[in-house]
Amino acid sequence: MIRVNNLYKEFDGRDVLKNISIEYKPGECSLIIGASGSGKTVLLKSLVGLHIPEKGEIWYGDKLFTKMKDKEKKSIRKEMGMLFQGSALFDFATVEENIMFPMDFFTDWSLEQKLERANFCLKRVNLENANKKYPNELSGGMQKRVGIARAIALNPKYLFCDEPNSGLDPTTSIVIDRLIQEITQEYNITTVINTHDMNSVMEIGDKIGFIYKGSKLWEGSNKEILHSDCKELNDFVFANKMAQQLRALMNK
Amino acid sequence: MGEYWLLMLKVFQKPEKWRVFFKQCAFEAQKLTLDSIPLISVISIFIGAVAVIQTVNNLDNPFIPKMYVGYMAREILVLEFCSTMVALILAGKIGSNIASEIGSMRITEQIDAMEIMGVNSANYLILPKITSSVILSPFVMLSSFAIGLLGGAAIVFATGAVTMAQYVEGLQFAFKIHYVYYSIAKMAVFTFIITSLASYFGYYAKGGSLGVGRSSTLSIVISSVLILVFDLALTKLLL
Ligand SMILES: Nc1ncnc2c1ncn2[C@@H]1O[C@H](COP(=O)(O)OP(=O)(O)OP(=O)(O)O)[C@@H](O)[C@H]1O
Ligand SMILES: [Mg+2]
Repeated sequence: MIRVNNLYKEFDGRDVLKNISIEYKPGECSLIIGASGSGKTVLLKSLVGLHIPEKGEIWYGDKLFTKMKDKEKKSIRKEMGMLFQGSALFDFATVEENIMFPMDFFTDWSLEQKLERANFCLKRVNLENANKKYPNELSGGMQKRVGIARAIALNPKYLFCDEPNSGLDPTTSIVIDRLIQEITQEYNITTVINTHDMNSVMEIGDKIGFIYKGSKLWEGSNKEILHSDCKELNDFVFANKMAQQLRALMNK
Repeated sequence: MGEYWLLMLKVFQKPEKWRVFFKQCAFEAQKLTLDSIPLISVISIFIGAVAVIQTVNNLDNPFIPKMYVGYMAREILVLEFCSTMVALILAGKIGSNIASEIGSMRITEQIDAMEIMGVNSANYLILPKITSSVILSPFVMLSSFAIGLLGGAAIVFATGAVTMAQYVEGLQFAFKIHYVYYSIAKMAVFTFIITSLASYFGYYAKGGSLGVGRSSTLSIVISSVLILVFDLALTKLLL
């Protein structure tokens, strides 16, 4: 469980996150949605401690993450996995070395054990026969899968995904979304996902927080999102013609 | 400045796993130092050759013994060229290599990815580079010195300006071992400057590939200037 209380973050005197409070539960895919530049990535990076917020609290279970020193944060970091917007695979390492990287540091496993675990993770994301390839030899979708495999390598309790399906075609996007959802439910992970893709929202949005210019304007599930009376949210959800026509139909 | 020392504080910590650290050290020793040996050799040969030619030209007074050519060439090489000049070249080669490598890892979020895992990225990426390069720096200086003297010998052989016996006699004349120590010490300091500054500029690179280019240029310029400043300071201090 992650709890955020009154989070503020600014860059050079400009507010990027304003008074954000929200909770994330295990076994659920929680989504952060919002337009480009609304502050989704900054929020996600604040959650994991890559940005230090000016004000507010972030709790991991009963531990106050925002007050911890770097050394103490490490214990929580070992329980985190993160998929970056651009995958951020290590380009000096092969696919399997990428996945074994955290194991090299935090386990005493033998090479066979590490390989076994790496292969298990790769199988889990439906990516086999790519073990010896380097990241620049993979397609964008394959890179995301390796990114997910690396993120779950050490059985994280918390999984963060920044736009897991940006730059992917709709079919692959849904495959990746379902994959994240399955993993979340199977291992009871607390998963937080950034997205501006409405398909993902409808597909896996157990809980959705809508960010508008750095403030959280709305919170609810994908069942409720089509019936909100938040104007900014409706503008975001019903952005294109097709959606607007659908809405007109629904209202009839 | 403050940021640099904070980074060094993060770099100089006990590695998470010694096995990973030693593996990285071996890898960096290969990539940074051993792969630079061909370049250093070529440069040293030419420096040695030029040192001999210039002393021959300047010592045309018949009252000065011919063996002084070897003596002068040796002194020039050991005092200045094998450390300072080689370091300036390495600032370009190793410095830009390190800064662009770490810089591109920064802008593609690979460094963030390490931090998320709980890995001390500065320690993992930078410490092996600094350690292996500084430990091998005496070897670099000495091989440059030896190869430079060979380059001088080649010119002596080719031009016959002095006899080989005179050259070799000069090389041995009034040899002060502490000049070699001085040069090794300088080289170690220069190597630390090059590797740590390049790492610093790479680690804090921002602004896309332009930013990476900028940090690698900055690292070369600033470490070159610092090498010259420290050359002066260390010469005052040690000689
Ligand atoms: N390191 C930074 N320094 C200064 N400003 C920043 C920094 N990172 C983000 N910002 C600013 O914060 C705002 C929110 O950016 P953020 O990356 O969170 O957007 P986003 O919602 O993730 O957008 P996208 O969907 O395009 O990824 C932007 O206006 C951006 O300019
Ligand atoms: Mg973003």
